Amino acid sequence: MPYHSIVLVKQVPDTANVTAEAMKSDGTVNRAALPAIFNPEDLHALETALELRDRFGGTVTAVSMGPPKAADVLRSCLYRGANRAILLTDRRAAASDTLATSYILAQTVQAIGGADLVFAGRQAIDGDTAQVGPQCAEKLGIPQITYLEQLVDVRDRSVRVRRNTGSGWEIVEAPLPVLITVMETANRPRPEGARRVHRFKRARVEAEVAAEVKLALPDATDDEQAAETARRVEALRKQGLLIEQWDLDRIGADLDRCGLSGSPTKVFRIQAIVLTKEGYTEIPPTEEGIRRLVHELVLDHSIG
Amino acid sequence: MIEVNRKGEVWVYAEQEEGVLREVVLELCGKAHELASQLGVPAGAVLIGSQVAALPQQLIAHGIDRVYVVQDPRLEHYQTTPYAQCVCEAITQHKPQIVMYGATPLGRDLAPRVASAMRAGMTADCTDLQIQDVTDPRSKEVHDKLLLQIRPAFGGNIIATIVNYDMWPQMATVREGVMPLREPDPARQGQVIPLTVSLTDDLFAIRLIEKHLQPRTVNLKGARVIVAGGGGVGSKANFQLIHELASAIGGAVGASRAAVDGGYISKDYQVGQTGTTVRPALYIAAGISGAVQHRAGMEESAKIIAINSDADAPIFSVAHYGIVGDLNKVIPTMIKALKERSVVE
Ligand SMILES: Cc1cc2nc3c(=O)[nH]c(=O)nc-3n(C[C@H](O)[C@H](O)[C@H](O)COP(=O)(O)OP(=O)(O)OC[C@H]3O[C@@H](n4cnc5c(N)ncnc54)[C@H](O)[C@@H]3O)c2cc1C
Ligand SMILES: Cc1cc2nc3c(=O)[nH]c(=O)nc-3n(C[C@H](O)[C@H](O)[C@H](O)COP(=O)(O)OP(=O)(O)OC[C@H]3O[C@@H](n4cnc5c(N)ncnc54)[C@H](O)[C@@H]3O)c2cc1C
Repeated sequence: MPYHSIVLVKQVPDTANVTAEAMKSDGTVNRAALPAIFNPEDLHALETALELRDRFGGTVTAVSMGPPKAADVLRSCLYRGANRAILLTDRRAAASDTLATSYILAQTVQAIGGADLVFAGRQAIDGDTAQVGPQCAEKLGIPQITYLEQLVDVRDRSVRVRRNTGSGWEIVEAPLPVLITVMETANRPRPEGARRVHRFKRARVEAEVAAEVKLALPDATDDEQAAETARRVEALRKQGLLIEQWDLDRIGADLDRCGLSGSPTKVFRIQAIVLTKEGYTEIPPTEEGIRRLVHELVLDHSIG
Repeated sequence: MIEVNRKGEVWVYAEQEEGVLREVVLELCGKAHELASQLGVPAGAVLIGSQVAALPQQLIAHGIDRVYVVQDPRLEHYQTTPYAQCVCEAITQHKPQIVMYGATPLGRDLAPRVASAMRAGMTADCTDLQIQDVTDPRSKEVHDKLLLQIRPAFGGNIIATIVNYDMWPQMATVREGVMPLREPDPARQGQVIPLTVSLTDDLFAIRLIEKHLQPRTVNLKGARVIVAGGGGVGSKANFQLIHELASAIGGAVGASRAAVDGGYISKDYQVGQTGTTVRPALYIAAGISGAVQHRAGMEESAKIIAINSDADAPIFSVAHYGIVGDLNKVIPTMIKALKERSVVE
């Protein structure tokens, strides 16, 4: 029997590869200089959903919340085989913490009409909280299975998953619908397919089209630009190349629960980790130097 | 969420598996005791399971004043929804101002579910917690004695301080091994308070089919001295040097991810963000560059010795003693010096 899945995917700065170019002169990280990438574990979530669909039929819908630029990760989902992509973008959603983010994503899932399985990555490499998956599950009122390592089986209306418990592993069975968070050990994500890249590389969200029109027709009036944008959007829609762009009104969100007002946690202060060379005692790599060091460690009881 | 409640207790979620409390829980008991004393309120713990009667005394010995216990045979194995229901119910009844959870896989599964149901804040993976008066930079309103929740984010490249002004309780998961474990006081007195939570069968939607515990054979967290090797060791065969130094010094062996990825040693020994967080009396890092993800797991060590051939390696920024040199020469010299010392004494 076919299953309908929704996969939550996030665009993140590549925090794992902070290169010299991304460092400011004061030794702190320049976030803007980090390339924006597909959150690594979300690729594994997508792969899990695609494999399920390839086996049983059904659909895979990718959903991302972020600025228009986040359409990049949705295009990548289309290149890899997703059936549908939706970008939730709205200025009023900015500064959402995980509670507000999960509310918005859960409302989006509901506005889509729900799914048999909702997949998320375990954790995003920027916020690093791993909270959005479980919070979405709670908002949707469905069970959650975190840390999937293997989707063992799906049968009728239930799923069996092998999950990592940190102190070993377990196999659990849950009724559908369920939300599952996926670890990077789960599978090997398929590459983008050349034919699908060719087909979907022109896929856009409306905000991207509007920006392109602005560049192409710098002298046109706002009305003319809007008309041209509408024309191009319609053309994309006809070709199946429009990535849906939704806002908070589209999902019937309660604005008090979005953005800053819906976020209990506030970032009060941020310190960049600066590598200071605050003096350490340099020990010469000689027998004499090392013998003194050992002696010192014995004296201050660091070693017995 | 609950109202701001400055008389509220400071709580720990007492995570247990098979009737054994997690070490991080005992660490948090000490922290709860400290924060509660600063706020002038009792420290509490929420304990959930099927056969947990023996555990409250251990929590009390580590600094807890009141242990709230939910016991039900159906709660034998952890399962998110019913456990979350118990915690929410306990919070709703007793209105603690702070709730801390270990940032373990289980804690990070449970805590966000509770936060979502309570519509309260949850700060992930904290490495420090402090009480301080805070002025909201937007409204200029002063909030007395808030919990500053300090955590690395952005792949460990930044440290953020998070506060929760009014959507309480103030809740956080706390990384294992960052709060010092206090000496337990077996004579300490406390109260055990049974809680009744109505748990309908439909909450137990998930069925456990099979469970495998992989006993942790490596006890890095308990080690007083750790000798850790990294990518600079070069090969599995050469990693023997690290084992030899560890045994000469009476310490445990640790590793960076490059050493684990290189197959020099198993993942159980990895120190860092995705390995174990340690704070031994002495940490020796040999051939480890000191990437943020590694430093996150060891920089709280009381004393750090770095051995690296590159004088600009970031590991030196957290080191107390630095030896710029080839570990293949330095380590044998160290082993020799250690052995001579034993002969003399
Ligand atoms: C320095 C800093 C610290 C922060 N600390 C906290 C904190 O402690 N508590 C807190 O509540 N908020 C915190 N936030 C806010 C939080 O980072 C954002 O709410 C973020 O949008 C979601 O959290 P995350 O990146 O941790 O995602 P995670 O919870 O780690 O993401 C897990 C999965 O959820 C899905 N997902 C997450 N975000 C999206 C999205 N936008 N679109 C689609 N899918 C998504 C993905 O599948 C992802 O793999 C912090 C923000 C900053 C800048
Ligand atoms: C999400 C994420 C999580 C991570 N989690 C962890 C983690 O938990 N723990 C962890 O350790 N890493 C972690 N990493 C990896 C981390 O970023 C580094 O890649 C890793 O720590 C590098 O290990 P290393 O310093 O041993 O190896 P390398 O980077 O290869 O450095 C080797 C060092 O050895 C020195 N050296 C070489 N030869 C000699 C010699 N003969 N004598 C003396 N010195 C010599 C070199 O100068 C160099 O500094 C994580 C990365 C990511 C992206």
